[in-house]
Formats: sequence, structure tokens, C-alpha cells
Amino acid sequence: MIPGISITEILTLTSILFFIGIYGFMTRTNLISMLISVEIILNSTVINFVVINKYLYPELLQGVVYAIFIIAVAAAETALAVAIIINLYKQISSVDVKETETLKH
Amino acid sequence: MEKYIFYVLALIMIISAIASVSSRKMLRSVVYLLFTLIGIAGIYFMADYNFLAAIQLTVYAGGIIVLIIFSVLLVHHIDMELEVAKRSRRIITGLICLIGLGIFLTTIYSHPFVETTTAVTTTTADIGFALLSTEAGGFILPFEVISILLLAVMIGAIIIAKGEDGTDDQTKEPPLLKQEKPVEKKEELLEKEVVV
Repeated sequence: MIPGISITEILTLTSILFFIGIYGFMTRTNLISMLISVEIILNSTVINFVVINKYLYPELLQGVVYAIFIIAVAAAETALAVAIIINLYKQISSVDVKETETLKH
Repeated sequence: MEKYIFYVLALIMIISAIASVSSRKMLRSVVYLLFTLIGIAGIYFMADYNFLAAIQLTVYAGGIIVLIIFSVLLVHHIDMELEVAKRSRRIITGLICLIGLGIFLTTIYSHPFVETTTAVTTTTADIGFALLSTEAGGFILPFEVISILLLAVMIGAIIIAKGEDGTDDQTKEPPLLKQEKPVEKKEELLEKEVVV
């Protein structure tokens, strides 16, 4: 545990980060900006796993292992999303959500 | 001492996250995201999980940010400004987010957390043994599944980004920007010559 800081303060911080990510995801219309918002959301949840493991069950390792898995899946998701975005830009010369109407080819 | 470091980190993270979701320049938004991710790595360091902080710095700050910057540079003009959503939509979304945040915070502050005071240092070897243990509570199966997932994503990303070559190119219209710009320049040159 971090001396001098309770778990509620860190959970408050991660909640604020989570809703900043939600706000960005709902207001942006650009695919890359939405990807950035998803990264913020994923990271705030990973902090929750780690901090709850550290403060409540410090002798276990489940939270850390799940954090590693989430980071791996997030990296895979980002790589695929970037590939799709670049391919989409080749097709329709735009990465805006409003002009993304087809997923075929 | 740790208290102040945490508050400074939290302030940096929140400010750069807000800047990241509201900046109109694409590349700046990615750089603000980098500050947020580095702040998260700082929190892992403070919680004494050095291995996780190293993973956060290498995978996120080193890998994902570079990937997103590459995609921004491939897709956008560097001086293009993003369009902002409508004002009413921004206000409504902000209100919904504030309501959700209020619900979260009331739940967090009303729940009695039983914090332990024992400080256990988790070494990297412990995490490695937990990941590869085949006993009850071990993580060998998800570990292997993740490795297969990463392999599948690698092949899939290559195939998707490469596109299908030669099948659809004849029917597809050529991109307008690339075709029209040189023509305009030639016309301008011709006009200049005529003027001269």
C-alpha cells in the first residue's frame, strides 16, 4: 500500500479518468480519437485491479496477473484497430465515423 | 511525501486526460495521452509493482503511442483541425458523465473497505511463477491463450492492413486528392506563363 493514501482516493482518481474517457468516446467523431478514449478507459480500469489487489489482498497475485492480461489484450486491440483504420482510409479517404458506412472490403 | 507525489501525479493525469479528449489537434491529443500513461506508470511505481510499471512504460508509452502516432501521420494532414461536436451534445454528455461519476463516488465512499496494513513486496519472480503454475489457481491456460491471441492478431493485422491486392482496384474510383492537385498546379503554371 502507498503510505498516507487511502484506497478511496485512488478509486476516485480512476473514476474521474474513466468518465473523461467516456466523455471523449461520446463526443469525438474521429476514429483515432475514439481509440485514444478507449485507451484511457482501459487504463483506468487496470489501475482499479492493481490497487484493489494491493490494498485488500496484498498476498495474492490475481489483480496483477489480470492487469497483465488486460494490457496484452489492449495492445492487440490497438494493433488491429490501427490496421482497420489505415485500410479504411485507403478505401474512403476519411476516418470520420459519419462517413464510415460499410465494413465490406 | 508520498501524498504530495500522488496528488501531483493525479493532477497531471486528469489535466492531460481532459486535454487529450478535448484538444483539436490530433497529434497533441496523442502526446497528452502519453502523459496520462506515464502518470499511471508512476502510480504503479508508488504501489511497489515495479514489473507492472515497466510493462506500462514499454507496452503503452513505447509501443501503443508510437503505433497511434504512425496512424495519425499516415491518415491526417498535420495541420488539420478536428471538428468539435455540437455544444448541446457536449453539455448533455458532460452532464451524463457527471451523474455517473456521482453514482460511482457515492458507492465508493459508502462501501467499507477493510484495508490491510501489511506491506508485501511482490517480486517479478512471484509473478512469473504465478503465470506459469499448473496447480490450482495457476494461470498457465490463460497465458497460452493470450499467446495464441497475440499470434492471431499479428497475422490478422498484417492481412487487414495489406488489403486485398488486385481484386477490387479496377472498379474503385481513384482518390480525388491525389488526382486533382497536380492538375491545378499545372494550370496555375500555364496561367503564369500566359501572363508573362
